[in-house]
Amino acid sequence: MNSISTTSASNTPPYYRFKPWNVGRFVIWTLFAVMLIVAPMLFRSSLALTMLSQIGYLIIICLSYNMLLGQGGMLSFGHAVYTGLGSFIAIHAMNMAGKGEVPIPLVLIPLVGGLAGAFFAIILGFVTTKKSGTTFAMITLGIGELVASMALMFPEFFGGEGGITTDRVYGKSFFGISFGPAIQVYYLIAAYCFVCTAAMFAFTGTPLGRILNAVRDNPERVEFIGYNTQRVRYFAFIIAGFFAGIGGGLATINFEIITGADSLSVVRSGGYLLFTFLGGATFFFGPIIGAVLLVLASVLLSELSKAWLLYLGLVFLFMVMYAPGGIASLIMMNLRLAKYGKLSQLWTSYLALAGTALVGVLGAACMIEMTYHLQLNAALGPEVTFLGATLNAKSLTSWFGAIFVMLTGFGLFELCRRQFVRQWGRIQEEIEHEIKRAEAL
Amino acid sequence: MNPEFFVISLLNGVSYGLLLFMLSSGLTLIFSMMGVLNFAHTSFYMLGAYFAFTISGVVGFWPALVLAPLVVFALGAAFERYCLRRVHKFGHVPELLVTFGLSYLILEVVQLVWGRSTVPYGLPEQLQGPLFSLYGTQFPKSRSFVMLVALLMLVSVWLLLTRTRIGLVIQAALKYPEMVEALGHNVPRVFMLVFGGGAALAGLAGVIGGNTYVTEPAMAASVGSIIFVVVVVGGMGSLAGAFLASLLIGLVQTFAVALDYSMVHVFKAVGVAVTEQTFGYPLLKLTISQVAPILPYLFLVLILIFRPKGLLGTRED
Amino acid sequence: MAADNATTPYALELRDLRKSFGKTEIIRGANLAVAPGERVAIIGPNGAGKSTLFNLISGRFAPTSGDVILNGQRINGMAPYEINRRGLSRSFQITNIFPKLSVFENLRCGVLWSMGYKYTFLRFLSGLHDANERAKQLMEMIKLDKKRDTLAMNLTYAEQRALEIGITIAGGANVILLDEPTAGMSKSETTRFIHLIKEVTEGRTLLTVEHDMGVVFGLADKIAVVVYGEVIAFDTPEKVRANQRVQEAYLGSVVADQQAGGH
Repeated sequence: MNSISTTSASNTPPYYRFKPWNVGRFVIWTLFAVMLIVAPMLFRSSLALTMLSQIGYLIIICLSYNMLLGQGGMLSFGHAVYTGLGSFIAIHAMNMAGKGEVPIPLVLIPLVGGLAGAFFAIILGFVTTKKSGTTFAMITLGIGELVASMALMFPEFFGGEGGITTDRVYGKSFFGISFGPAIQVYYLIAAYCFVCTAAMFAFTGTPLGRILNAVRDNPERVEFIGYNTQRVRYFAFIIAGFFAGIGGGLATINFEIITGADSLSVVRSGGYLLFTFLGGATFFFGPIIGAVLLVLASVLLSELSKAWLLYLGLVFLFMVMYAPGGIASLIMMNLRLAKYGKLSQLWTSYLALAGTALVGVLGAACMIEMTYHLQLNAALGPEVTFLGATLNAKSLTSWFGAIFVMLTGFGLFELCRRQFVRQWGRIQEEIEHEIKRAEAL
Repeated sequence: MNPEFFVISLLNGVSYGLLLFMLSSGLTLIFSMMGVLNFAHTSFYMLGAYFAFTISGVVGFWPALVLAPLVVFALGAAFERYCLRRVHKFGHVPELLVTFGLSYLILEVVQLVWGRSTVPYGLPEQLQGPLFSLYGTQFPKSRSFVMLVALLMLVSVWLLLTRTRIGLVIQAALKYPEMVEALGHNVPRVFMLVFGGGAALAGLAGVIGGNTYVTEPAMAASVGSIIFVVVVVGGMGSLAGAFLASLLIGLVQTFAVALDYSMVHVFKAVGVAVTEQTFGYPLLKLTISQVAPILPYLFLVLILIFRPKGLLGTRED
Repeated sequence: MAADNATTPYALELRDLRKSFGKTEIIRGANLAVAPGERVAIIGPNGAGKSTLFNLISGRFAPTSGDVILNGQRINGMAPYEINRRGLSRSFQITNIFPKLSVFENLRCGVLWSMGYKYTFLRFLSGLHDANERAKQLMEMIKLDKKRDTLAMNLTYAEQRALEIGITIAGGANVILLDEPTAGMSKSETTRFIHLIKEVTEGRTLLTVEHDMGVVFGLADKIAVVVYGEVIAFDTPEKVRANQRVQEAYLGSVVADQQAGGH
């Protein structure tokens, strides 16, 4: 598909500009939609369906969070306020609609949540966005605590300790869909997920979205090109609050119960932060990965090991230190390698790194599991099974064995890592060379 | 409200406020020096309390008062050297995130080693019992000890910064780290010492706060957000502001918890009856003591609206 | 803000401008009146307050007292974005661009407000033909059209300085402040850059802080000499060269005496 563009109001003749359809983008979005539709057919268990539903709305929430963090450079410790308040307004709306007081069909409830999120973002955001950087982070923490504490003070609205419950099957069915069965809820969530993801992606290509990036990069300079930096942040905050509220509304529909202690807590905000960062704040799709990891960790990993929060903390720490762009950046770096045909050179190194790291981690995990076992399950005796092997938490041999495995693994890892760094550096140089050569043409 | 209640509450409020200041001053120092907001600051507070608990179980409280902060100092310095320094080049947000990760980690490790419930970290004999009593209400020795240690700490830190050579280097490195390094001082080492020092101060606060108040895994988070409020309300980077804000919030919280009045009482006093049907009843019936937990955060919001630089703010960011 | 003097002949005026930081007065009563389209070079010894003047004019700091008048309107105390919207734009001594955006994006950001797009999120950037055209023109003007998609942080120093100028003129401001635009450049780069500046600021009022006298005499219609926070001379280059006060300030009174004695 070609398009012809002309320079305006000048005498140069129109020139031919080859502008093919952006096929790649089209393919990716179709793939995304297909995956959303097909996922429950691939993973059939009810546990899988619960997880997929949670992933669906967490994608919306993490993407909305990244609007602040990755696109705007605003580190917020209080995003759960907007998802939580969106959830609460949604649940009250559902209860009122169920009693016939307001004619809102279930499919529009997430929008109610979104409007609530935007509303509270308008009110609280005005104060929050007065400052930037570290101060902003602390203000979001303070306001997060404020709202979380308020939840206990107004049991009429927040339901006290027990929270508020609802029933998502009410009123007339939507073209025959009652949204009672979990699979129907999943598809509702999936539909919203697709639309919201597309909307948030579109936002990145608007003037406000781009100026938001400029504010992130150089807030002072933005003032000198005519923009009120604070107002840019405020508007972005409101839009992020809107999508956060939609996510909260979907969570309400999914669980049919909301409690203040859980939905508004600073711990939950911390979770959004942690996983969005882990997924990768510097690329648009990073938070999608983060949302998937969040559900996998909180549902599966927590079953596997009592020490999962410890592992999470360690992984997060290492990510911040060694890969601050998150998993998305690791993927993109390797895609860049693949584009220049250098990826094949590294796969042996990757294998070696993965292998030695695994050995080391296993050794460490043994020790951690044994410690946790001693602390939490002491009454069950000193033996703990770990990956099929029985370890005696009180015996010296188990401990020595674990330490030995860990040290060997990490020692070898360090050797491999140094070799890898040398290789990586060489390859990066080669790629830079290629780029310069291409530019000079 | 009787005079004895007022005096005792005043003293309680001041001692709590001084404890808050011990914590917020370390935070402010690290922030002023390195631009890093140490999210794990109150985690070091918690570690101080737990280490003191274990150490005092072995050699008694008074050696623990010295040893526990030293251990925390070592941990803080090690963290700066191996983690924070590496992240420094990525900017302030990753620095904040790495301290956030650390706070997560410390919480888990504490729960792992010492369990999830309160530990019986008790007062030594010399600090038990009241210092004096006023008409039957007592002011405990432990709280006055907190005040004493806080004031001593304040004075010695101030003396260190303004009267010693290392203090001079620290103050210089505050503004012009590259220049100070060019003059031959080992600025990274200075940063490491300052971070460790800030952590040790928090640890010291933990040693005395842990047995005066309570030692449990939630102690870091509960006082953490208040400390951040103190620092913002006082004005980022201002020690004097942190002092003022700490006392203010300490006093307000102490008094508020004891007051059981609500707007309903106020209305009744002017002759207006308030019932459940009255508009806004859920809000009006709240007593001050019920609202007490959110008062610091309300302060924060008010300060941000009316005086965004903070009470005595110096640093614009 | 009511216009003081809607039919003023001056594009930019400074009237007894003063600025103190704490107890230290940095700008001690600066006076200047620049006609539209004039090219003024601001020179003076280090620490005289030249950058501070720029900061006062562009709104980075508010003056302690005195007036800054832009196209007849008093702008002292206004926020930088308010001043920018009234037609004044500045560049920085230390390159101040958007490092993670491409060259094209940098320039496009510079034009968005002036084209009225403000805070909209309901239109796509790719559809804003006038903004995209203008950004393209700017790119060609500053000779960076070959590096359209290069991230700003990956440009060479001189290219970044060019981009800086590009962003500064993007919004169509008619009063341009350039703070040491050729700082850190080699001789040949400087010459090329001055040509560029002349081209892109054609017809606009220009104030530039400069240290290189060759540049100053080649570029400026008038020179303003700033010493100790005051404008001690404002005249054509030849007259300023001969001005005794200026010679004293720069070269010391001994030399001035010598010259006076030698005539």
